[in-house]
Amino acid sequence: MDAVTAPTAMGGRRAYDARGLVEPTVETPKVSEIDGDRAVFDAANLSTRQINRELRWLLYEEKISDVTVNNSGAKHSLAVAILRRCRLTINGSLGYFGLGLIDGPEVVVNGRVGWSVCENMMSGTVVIQKNAGSTTGAALRGGDLVVKGSVGARTGIDQKGGLILVGGNGGANCGFMMQRGVQVYCGDIGPGLGDSMYDGRIFVAGSVTSLGVDCIEAEMDAADEEYLDRKFGLYGMERPDVFRKFVCGRKLWNYDNLEPGERKLVL
Amino acid sequence: MCGIAGILHRDGAGAVGAEMTKMLQAMKHRGADSTGYALYGQPSDSIVMRFKLAEANGPRGFEFSERLERHRNEVDSRLQKIGASVQRIEGETEYAYRAEIRYDGDLKALADYVEDVPGCEILSLGKSLEIIKDLGDAETVAHQYGLGQFSGTHAIGHVRMATESDVDISGAHPYWAYPFADVAVVHNGQLTNYHHWSRRLERGGHRFQSECDSEIIAVYLAQKMAEGIPLETAMKMSLDDLDGVFTYMVVTSDSLGVAKDEMAAKPLVLFESDDLVALASEETAIRAVLPQEIDTYDPYEREVLVWTR
Repeated sequence: MDAVTAPTAMGGRRAYDARGLVEPTVETPKVSEIDGDRAVFDAANLSTRQINRELRWLLYEEKISDVTVNNSGAKHSLAVAILRRCRLTINGSLGYFGLGLIDGPEVVVNGRVGWSVCENMMSGTVVIQKNAGSTTGAALRGGDLVVKGSVGARTGIDQKGGLILVGGNGGANCGFMMQRGVQVYCGDIGPGLGDSMYDGRIFVAGSVTSLGVDCIEAEMDAADEEYLDRKFGLYGMERPDVFRKFVCGRKLWNYDNLEPGERKLVL
Repeated sequence: MCGIAGILHRDGAGAVGAEMTKMLQAMKHRGADSTGYALYGQPSDSIVMRFKLAEANGPRGFEFSERLERHRNEVDSRLQKIGASVQRIEGETEYAYRAEIRYDGDLKALADYVEDVPGCEILSLGKSLEIIKDLGDAETVAHQYGLGQFSGTHAIGHVRMATESDVDISGAHPYWAYPFADVAVVHNGQLTNYHHWSRRLERGGHRFQSECDSEIIAVYLAQKMAEGIPLETAMKMSLDDLDGVFTYMVVTSDSLGVAKDEMAAKPLVLFESDDLVALASEETAIRAVLPQEIDTYDPYEREVLVWTR
C-alpha cells in the first residue's frame, strides 16, 4: 500500500498509508546496546512503532531476556503483545494502552502510565512506581499488576483473573463487572465500587464512597489475610493493618443461574 | 474523541501560542477537523474583538470578496455608532478579523449589534482574551494566524473530531462565554440535555452561534456569573445540571479551571509545579512542552479545580 508523508511537530516527516495508519513501512531501528543477554536503548527519538519493533527484534530474534528502555516519553501502546518470559524495565512514563495483551514478562515502569495499562494481560508481573490512569488492568486475565501510586476510574473493569494491587486511591466504578480475580486498594475508593460484579474479591483499607449494585461487604477470613500478607511481602510494600472485603451479592444475573447450554454459549 | 489542553504560568508570561501549538499538535490523532485556541496576553486598556464574516469552507458565490468587504465596513461603522473607538481592524485570513477598540459600554449590546451584520460571529471579546479557531491541525492554524509569537499568561486549546455538529469554525472550540469579557471554554465529551439547556438559556436572552453541545457550557457559566455566582461555584453546580460525559476547561482573565463529570468518563492528565500548571487529555501533550520526566495524575470524578494567578 502506498505511503504518504506529513510533517511532525518535531520537524521530521511521518509516513501514513491509505488507511491513515501511521508509519506502515517503518523499519526496526536496531539502536540497542547489547551486552550478553541484556540490552538497553533510548526511546526518546523513536516512534511507537519503532520502539515496539526494536523490542520484538531484541526479544524474539536476538533472544535477549533483559531489556531496558529509557525515555519512553508517555508514548501510547508501548511494549504490547509480548508473549514470552523476560525482564523489561521502562525508565519513563507510558501513554495509553501500554503493556496490553502481554503473557509472561516481568515489567517495572519507573514512571506513570495512562489509561488501560495491561489490558487483557495474561500472566507475568507489572510494577508501576507512580500513578496510573483510568481502566487500569481492564479485562486482566492473570498475573500481578502493582501500582504503587493511585489509579483512576473503572480500574479492573471486566477483570477475569489475576491481581491488581494499588498503593494509593482508586476512582469511580472500580471493579465494574468484575468476573474473577482480586483487587486491593490501600487508600480510599470512589463511588460505585464493584458495580454489577459477578465474582472475585475486592479489598479496601481506606474509605469507600459507595458500593455499586450487587456489591456487598463480606467477612475477612484467614485465607484472605494470608493472601494479602504474601502479596504485600512479595512486592515489598507496607501492608495496612485492616482491610474490608467486598464481593458479589449474587442478587443480579449471574453465570450460575444459566442452564448448562446457555453457559456454554456465554463462555 | 477530541482533545483539550490548558497551560497557566503562575508567575510572569510565556510563549503560550507556541506552547499550546505543541500541546495540540501532539494530540492531533484525537481530532484534526479543527483546532482552536483561547490565548491570554497581557491585559490592556483596549478590547480585542476577534470575529469572522464567513465560514472557512462555506459557499463563496459571486462577489464574495466584495461582500466581505462591505460587511467588514459595516462592522466598523456599527462599532463607531454604538460608541466604540476603533483603533484598528486587521484581516487575519480572508474571513477572520482582529479588531482593537476602546469601549466602556454594555458588551452585550455591542455584541448583539455587531453580530446583526450578515455572516458575522464574534469569536471573543476581552481585554486579554483572544480566541483563534479554524479548520485543520494545530500547526496549520498556528501558521495561518501567526500564533508562534504570541506571549501570554495562560491558554486553553482544543482539537476536534466532529461528531454532533458540522465541521466548521462555528462548531470549533473554544467558545466565548457571550457576553462576558475574557471567559472561554473547551470541552471533551457529550452533553445529553443540550436541548433542555439551550431552550432555557435562550429564554434568558443568550444566543448560540452553533449546533454544538459544548457551547452550552460557556453560556451556562456566563448565565451563572451574571447571577453573581463565583466561577468555581458555578462549575460545581454544572456537575449536577449538565447531563452526559464531560471534562471541560474554563479560563478567565486570571484563572484556569477544570471540571469532570461523575463518571470521570473523559480523560485528563494534570501536572502542577511552583511556576506552571499544564493539563491535557493525554500526557503526550504535556510532554510536548515538558520533555523531562514529571509527576502527573488524573483528577477524579466530580472534581472541580481552579488555579488563579
